[in-house]
Amino acid sequence: MRTYVLRRLVLFVPTLLGVSILIFVLMRLVPGDIAEILVYQSGSESSAIQQKQIRQIRQELGLDRPVVVQYLAWMGGALRGDFGQSYMQRRPVSDILRERVPRSMELALLTLAIAVVWAVPLGVVSAVRQNGALDYLARVVSLSGLSLPLFVTGALILYGLGRIFRWMPPLEFVSFTENPLENLKQLIWPALCQAYYISAPISRLTRSEMLEVIRQDYVRTARAKGLRERAVVYRHALRNSLLPVVTFIGWWGGRLLGGLVIMELIFVVPGMGTALVQAVSQRDYPTVQAMIFVMALVFLAVNLVVDLAYAWLDPRIRYA
Amino acid sequence: MLAAAGRFALRQPLGAAGALVVLALVAVAVLAPRLAPHGPKETAFAPYLAPSAEFLMGTDQVGRDVLSRVIWGARLSLYVGLASVVVGITLGALWGVATAYFGGISDLGSQRVVDSLMALPPIILALALMAALGQSVTNVILALIILLTPTAARTVRAVALGIAAAPYIEAARAAGGSQWRIIFRHLIPNCLASYIVLLTTNVSYAIVVEASLSFIGAGAPPDEPSWGGMLTAGVQAIETAPWMVFFPGLAISLAVFGLNLLGDSIRDVTDPRLRGGLG
Repeated sequence: MRTYVLRRLVLFVPTLLGVSILIFVLMRLVPGDIAEILVYQSGSESSAIQQKQIRQIRQELGLDRPVVVQYLAWMGGALRGDFGQSYMQRRPVSDILRERVPRSMELALLTLAIAVVWAVPLGVVSAVRQNGALDYLARVVSLSGLSLPLFVTGALILYGLGRIFRWMPPLEFVSFTENPLENLKQLIWPALCQAYYISAPISRLTRSEMLEVIRQDYVRTARAKGLRERAVVYRHALRNSLLPVVTFIGWWGGRLLGGLVIMELIFVVPGMGTALVQAVSQRDYPTVQAMIFVMALVFLAVNLVVDLAYAWLDPRIRYA
Repeated sequence: MLAAAGRFALRQPLGAAGALVVLALVAVAVLAPRLAPHGPKETAFAPYLAPSAEFLMGTDQVGRDVLSRVIWGARLSLYVGLASVVVGITLGALWGVATAYFGGISDLGSQRVVDSLMALPPIILALALMAALGQSVTNVILALIILLTPTAARTVRAVALGIAAAPYIEAARAAGGSQWRIIFRHLIPNCLASYIVLLTTNVSYAIVVEASLSFIGAGAPPDEPSWGGMLTAGVQAIETAPWMVFFPGLAISLAVFGLNLLGDSIRDVTDPRLRGGLG
């Protein structure tokens, strides 16, 4: 067990290295940089002056150095927990992270909670009534969640709330600790949308796992000894089919942090997604690097925890 | 052929319904030039006209016929979805089979590349790719290929690892089958089921991601008749011209829903664990 965890942790290193190199190279391939954006935005007169300003800013930020040197400098800082300064906001990226990560985390957790409460029972109903009317209904309902791009669902919800209830969710973010009610008034909508979207694969998996377990001998035994259907379904079938579902939900959970971009944009949540989209368009390299790094780290860590939970819950699984 | 289709329809009524929708989508895409009353980029009309007998779905912000654009959009969406999925999943599947069979350092290394690509948030990866490549339909397909390949490589590798360990592969090797013979005659055909499931389930994903890319300003150029682009413009004008959201929204959700129904049924049919009724 210890060696397994250690081995997995060691594998974090090449993956995180890969992620950071990929995004580093990709961002430098995007035409234009922060210097050009800042200078052309300020609209100074002659182009010779602009060129000089651009060179100056690049020198200040170290953008005139070879890319490899820039990367090593970034890596050196990151290893010491120093993600550098945001080009645009002119403050440490770690401050931005401290502000933004909890917001996206909250939204992700809320989304997952709603998705689980909604998708797992839907899958169970589907399996218990396989090929019946309820099964078809449940599958159609859960699949319909995948059918509209998230930004359209979000826009329709906003439009509907305004039209029908003459009410708009708050557009000013308030943290949960400050005012829980106001906070939920804003975050519940993107969480509902995103949960509706990710519920289809979760209930599909619940259904197919349930269908497999329900055919096992011990389920037949439970029925044969006269247990009520409810007990058979919940105590024997559901519990045993939940394992892969838990893994899958964990996988989604790890992904969610980076997957909330669209919802954050539509519902004006100042989280990691909105910050990232802005940072990409402003070529704010340090912010992009750090955000992606955190997202990848969370993704890997959640996956590891899920795998460990799996082994702990299922005594048949042993790690070599 | 017909009998097989009939049996599929009886056992998978939802899948058959999905297949019908997909057929209709393909028909609209193929016949777009004949079906559309106007050109998809023609701006000869007044903007924001509500649906009427002349413009069944109204006109958009620059005075283009929404119906014509929805019809041409079927062609674009299908093209983007199919091209990216066929290329992306095929590349990924071959990659997965190859690394599973050869194992060793190459497998370990390529798995780390797959890990890295999968740890990147897909929308952000696509956004950065599009910013680097420039906005065009071909580049949207390229970005989607890069998103799809690692997932396929991971899935198919796992399947191929199971097959490579099977006794019949050992038998083939003992009988003197060459490496390539084993890969092409035994390994690849046995991975086909999961390959087909990956293909059918990802076309709809690609269509939705294409639309989302339009929304963050990294999709097809705005004059292209892409459902995503139309929806993005529609969302911005939702108060004044709700038909600009309604019709392309209906089109994309029908298409994606049909593709998903079909994909789910194919997945069920190819999954031997789910055959037969309740015990």
